[in-house]
Amino acid sequence: MSLDITNDTAAAEALIKEVLDAYPEKSAKRRSKHLSVAKPTEEDGVTGCGVKSNIKSIPGVMTIRGCAYAGSKGVVWGPVKDMVHISHGPVGCGHYSWSQRRNYFNGTVGIDSFVTMQVTSDFQERDIVFGGDKNLDAMIDELDVMFPLAKGISIQSECPIGLIGDDIEAVAKKKHKETGKTIVPVRCEGFRGVSQSLGHHIANDAIRDWVFEKGVPEFETGPYDVNLIADYNIGGDAWPSHKLLEEMGLRVIGMWSGDATLSEMARAPKAKLNLIHCYRSMNYICRHMEEKYGIKWVEYNFFGPTQIAASLRKIAAQFDETIQANAEKVIAKYEGLVADVVAKYKPRLDGKTVMLYVGGLRPRHVTNAYEDLGMKIVGTGYEFGHNDDYQRTGHYVKEGTLIYDDVTGYELEKFIEKIRPDLVGSGIKEKYATQKMGVPFRQMHSWDYSGPYHGYDGFAIFARDMDMAINSPVWSKFKAPWKAA
Amino acid sequence: MVRQIAFYGKGGIGKSTTSQNTLAALVEMDQKILIVGCDPKADSTRLILGCKLQDTVLHLAAKAGSVEDLELEDVMKIGYKGIKCAESGGPEPGVGCAGRGVITAINFLEENGAYDDVDYVSYDVLGDVVCGGFAMPIRENKAQEIYIVMSGEMMALFAANNIAKGILKYAGSGGVRLGGLICNERQTDREIDLSESLAAKLNTQLIHFVPRDNGVQHAELRRQTVIQYAPDSKQAGEYRELAKKIHANGGKGTIPTPITMEELEDMLLEFGIMKSDEQALAELEAKEKSLCSAG
Repeated sequence: MSLDITNDTAAAEALIKEVLDAYPEKSAKRRSKHLSVAKPTEEDGVTGCGVKSNIKSIPGVMTIRGCAYAGSKGVVWGPVKDMVHISHGPVGCGHYSWSQRRNYFNGTVGIDSFVTMQVTSDFQERDIVFGGDKNLDAMIDELDVMFPLAKGISIQSECPIGLIGDDIEAVAKKKHKETGKTIVPVRCEGFRGVSQSLGHHIANDAIRDWVFEKGVPEFETGPYDVNLIADYNIGGDAWPSHKLLEEMGLRVIGMWSGDATLSEMARAPKAKLNLIHCYRSMNYICRHMEEKYGIKWVEYNFFGPTQIAASLRKIAAQFDETIQANAEKVIAKYEGLVADVVAKYKPRLDGKTVMLYVGGLRPRHVTNAYEDLGMKIVGTGYEFGHNDDYQRTGHYVKEGTLIYDDVTGYELEKFIEKIRPDLVGSGIKEKYATQKMGVPFRQMHSWDYSGPYHGYDGFAIFARDMDMAINSPVWSKFKAPWKAA
Repeated sequence: MVRQIAFYGKGGIGKSTTSQNTLAALVEMDQKILIVGCDPKADSTRLILGCKLQDTVLHLAAKAGSVEDLELEDVMKIGYKGIKCAESGGPEPGVGCAGRGVITAINFLEENGAYDDVDYVSYDVLGDVVCGGFAMPIRENKAQEIYIVMSGEMMALFAANNIAKGILKYAGSGGVRLGGLICNERQTDREIDLSESLAAKLNTQLIHFVPRDNGVQHAELRRQTVIQYAPDSKQAGEYRELAKKIHANGGKGTIPTPITMEELEDMLLEFGIMKSDEQALAELEAKEKSLCSAG
């Protein structure tokens, strides 16, 4: 259902120039490498979206990025439900990242699930001066007594741990011997790297070194075993995805890390295939499993019917004809639902323009879902994407689309002001500034406390939410009556 | 007004010995003194207290919970002729952050009035200025003059130059100045000349040359300063002279002009401590020749 449209390249280029003109020469030169316009390439239907990425933000420009701790604790490890995740260091990091990502899970909090709890070693002056290892040791003992059903503990390092050189690995080894539980030390100090992206990588490496390397458990395997990797179950996203895979006859033996258990992470090397949704945050562990255990991996996209159907077929192609036939059945089964959703919302959303600015996957992954509703992406960019993300973006966005990497507060505001799209999808920090400009907005990190948006079920919710944002009657009241023409 | 001074220098150079002997001499001049040891080893006050090691601010704080739970009396001991002594203390080697410990301890002492009713506060700081914590005594409103204890050895000279860099960094924002170099004799070649030359290059003075004397060791074994153990000895006289010079040196500190590594090496070449490549080669050749002719 992809639309045969292009955006106005010349206008986008002029806009970039105008925005850069406000900077001093040196900053303009540096920032110009992060801003671009999607251009046609030799490959049909693929645009070139190359910009410089994954380098240090310029101080003072109000970057929207997070830190390595956010990448590990907030994204990769935090959702693992039957482990206790210690925010190791002073209280703030743990407190302000508490339940920020709405990683849903089944289970009883404090008994067998701990996702919504905030556990911190709450460093005091004494811990900084004398080291926090004794504190950590005692804390793990206490957690072991308080939460006997917790399967393991992860130690998420805050900045001071790296500064004072605490040997958390030694504590982890010692406590593993004493308690028999999996203890995972993660060196995700916030000052490391340029964004949360390095935190994802470090967290992936910790899975490799402290889960896989401790031995893969005995597990009775089947021919259709797959892992659903890098779906964090935000607003319940992983559940409709899981449902589709099971409906086509696959057996999901591990769902990472939304609603995940430690044992399903540990047995992942037994799968036949890894299916990866958020490439940016978990490609590392998929590559490792490919190298070490020979497990192939496939990227998929469950946003919107076009991508869902394409992904189901792509996944099925890795298996036999039974699965391939099942995939077709699943697609057919939901055709009615899709038609209803499109019939209801497309007339209300057709031709509306969208600007996105999200993390490391959604800036490209959601574009077709919008297009399925007749909407048009006019600008997109990543907070912490790498080169390979921008390459992949070319398969999604049309010629003339504005591309912005690690966009600054000023640039994004200026772009929105000039383009005046019908909808902006970004985060909480951008939400109110955009709405005050009179432009409808949806949070695309947290689904604005809605969701799920994955799968066919999610598409219906997605369509409703976008309609709600754009066609809200509030926008008709935006102009003061005495100023209304 | 209270005068704050600090002793810095390479590890093992004799900072604690020199500072304690000098302060013991200063107390004879009716000065009221507080010593603040800023070294996790906590050995800056043992000659004054005549005891092994005193309980440190940080160890007591760790035991009690935090520094807020401490009283000044808990951490301050009175030693030789009423000299007040406090040690910051710090973690065992290899863990935690000793620099942060120094900051915490100094803030505690200051906030709790340890600096009231004294004429001198003297900081004894470990080794080099390795991080912000150990620069604490030279930051604004702390020590006005720094005395660098050094010798004619190469590494001691390097360290002295490095410390001068640290002082220069804070000289602009605060009032810290370099009071002078104290050479603790190691009996290296042309030690006085070299020390004076370095002092000139650093825009400071060689305030005193302390000769080597075994009496210092004898006193130390008894956990005493020379001033206390052998008050009439020649060495006690040396420390008294140093104390007088420091007392007279108030407000006369300078902003140091640390030199580059190359300048320092050139200086060492000049004094024959380091050999240039040509020199070393020439010597080698001469040696070979003499060996050949002998053979």
